[in-house]
Amino acid sequence: MAQITLKALAHTYSANPVQGSDYAIREMNHVWEQGGAYALLGPSGCGKSTMLNIISGLLNPSNGEILFDNKRVNELKPEERNIAQVFQFPVIYDTMTVYDNLAFPLRNIKVPEHKIRSKVNEVAEILELTDQLKKKAKGLSADEKQKVSMGRGLVRDDVSAILFDEPLTVIDPQLKWKLRRKLKQIHEQFNITMVYVTHDQLEASTFADKIAVMYDGQIVQFGTPRELFEEPAHTFVGYFIGSPGMNYMDARFSDGKLFFGEHELPVSASFLNQLTQADNGRLQVGIRPEFVQIWNKQQDGTIEVRVDYCEDLGTYKILTFTLAGQTMKARLSEDQKVPSDKAYVSFPKQWTKVYRDDFLVGDAQ
Amino acid sequence: MNKIENNKAWFLVLPVFILVAFSAIIPLMTVVNYSVQDIFDPSTRYFVGTEWFVQVMHDAELQAALLRQFVFSLTILSIEIPLGIGVALLMPTKGKAASLGLILVAIPLLIPWNVVGTIWQIYGRADIGLFGAALNAIGIEYNYASNPTHAWLTVVLMDVWHWTPLVALLCYSGLRAIPEMYYQAARIDKASRWAVFRYIQLPKLTNVLIIGVLLRFMDSFMIYTEPFVLTGGGPGNTTTFLSQSLVKQAIGQFDLGPAAAFSLVYFLIILLVCWLFYTIIMNMQNDKRG
Repeated sequence: MAQITLKALAHTYSANPVQGSDYAIREMNHVWEQGGAYALLGPSGCGKSTMLNIISGLLNPSNGEILFDNKRVNELKPEERNIAQVFQFPVIYDTMTVYDNLAFPLRNIKVPEHKIRSKVNEVAEILELTDQLKKKAKGLSADEKQKVSMGRGLVRDDVSAILFDEPLTVIDPQLKWKLRRKLKQIHEQFNITMVYVTHDQLEASTFADKIAVMYDGQIVQFGTPRELFEEPAHTFVGYFIGSPGMNYMDARFSDGKLFFGEHELPVSASFLNQLTQADNGRLQVGIRPEFVQIWNKQQDGTIEVRVDYCEDLGTYKILTFTLAGQTMKARLSEDQKVPSDKAYVSFPKQWTKVYRDDFLVGDAQ
Repeated sequence: MNKIENNKAWFLVLPVFILVAFSAIIPLMTVVNYSVQDIFDPSTRYFVGTEWFVQVMHDAELQAALLRQFVFSLTILSIEIPLGIGVALLMPTKGKAASLGLILVAIPLLIPWNVVGTIWQIYGRADIGLFGAALNAIGIEYNYASNPTHAWLTVVLMDVWHWTPLVALLCYSGLRAIPEMYYQAARIDKASRWAVFRYIQLPKLTNVLIIGVLLRFMDSFMIYTEPFVLTGGGPGNTTTFLSQSLVKQAIGQFDLGPAAAFSLVYFLIILLVCWLFYTIIMNMQNDKRG
């Protein structure tokens, strides 16, 4: 059991890094608290796996420190860190039975055989592998194999955290939810820190209490699934979380107001107060498709837009429209009438967010 | 059942059938033909049934050669397979050192067989050979031309030198094919170096080892050129292996009948032993328990 702290951590695969983009992980500080269920969400190549391998010790970071319960572990090898890691593809020891696979980490640290037996049986029970214990691990199906790899992490009492590196990639869709639920259950039962790497937002939000969204070598937001949805701290979060992603409009600030083309955008005063005339960088205004309001008739404060098309997705509809040359999307309920050709939209103030150089205005950055 | 009898599709198999017939079946049948007849000249021949087979099976010289052959093959297998795995484990895996290692290990495989024989024939000579003379100089009496044990050692050494690289290269390729994840998982499971070898590397090498064992068994069981050049089968008959006996019989004495019968027996032995090896290794893989 441990709290994992990343202090001024950075990593590069290049020999002499010059600029930020040479880094797989840009300098960051982060804390994974003891007992939390976390997801590390991001697109391929954003540095998720690098970060995981740094925590487990398979990779040594070029800068910064990793602390387990405030003790520096940079110099410790993976076998000394008491971390379990489950990989994208199940790793099992082919020639062994399921029982021996589960017993393997314990035998390596010379646990007496009777203790091994009770521990393995206990873990097999939880993972529903009891019937398979005598079987060769080689003959198992992919999801069972992945359960065995997970089980090897669970048998040890000394494990400080379990790291999952996209563990459900090779699992059949109908079994995915089952395994995910199992993981959640294990988390509750063992009170163990779990970090779950994925590029699937659904997987992340069903598993984790808090999600760290990683983009371009940095954690751009760390929060609950709800926070990520309602208050994306970075344009990438808005775009990556939610389906479809957030709408963004390039905005112009003048006379204390924000404009998109010639339309004034309704934005709460707290945002406007933080914008200065001088150096604003690139300003964008974002709103989620779920919060865009669509009207059939002109109302107070609505903007006229051209309707492009509407997709019916069964329980809801996605309306695509064009506003001042920019394509945007709105999510409508199933029974809402879809205006053809012309529609009027309004953006509720409370859901309209302002971004400066991709970061939410008013945030620490 | 109403099966369609007009199976014209069988004609499509004909080319393959003809090819196989000419490349394997007909030559083999020629040998079978010789093995059951006593032929004086093309018009004077007598069917003798299994007589040649009975004769060669009771031939003391052939029996001795067969025994020698088995001892030789098992000896070199028991040296070359573990040694090859060991070499493969030690070979560098990254950068220039890896290419250099591969080239160095592959060199013996590139040398023609009778050149290998000649190299060791000279290398091992007690009077002028680097190896033989050096041994004698440091007080170890060594002469493969007169001492049967020394002759055996030299032949085995030569084969190990010549063919261990094949096993090593096969294993090297097998090791490279193991995904890095397995090693990472093993580190996290706190596996010892030995456990990594025993439970990850060795099981993943099984397939290349089957190829290695079968190739080395077949080749060593048919060995001819190198010992022929090195010792000529001597001293006495001590390093005369099966092929050499066969050649002596077929070409030296022109006893085609017994030679043909013997060839068939030879062929069947190789087939049988290969099957045995294959079955044993496959069973080991399936029944092995942690």
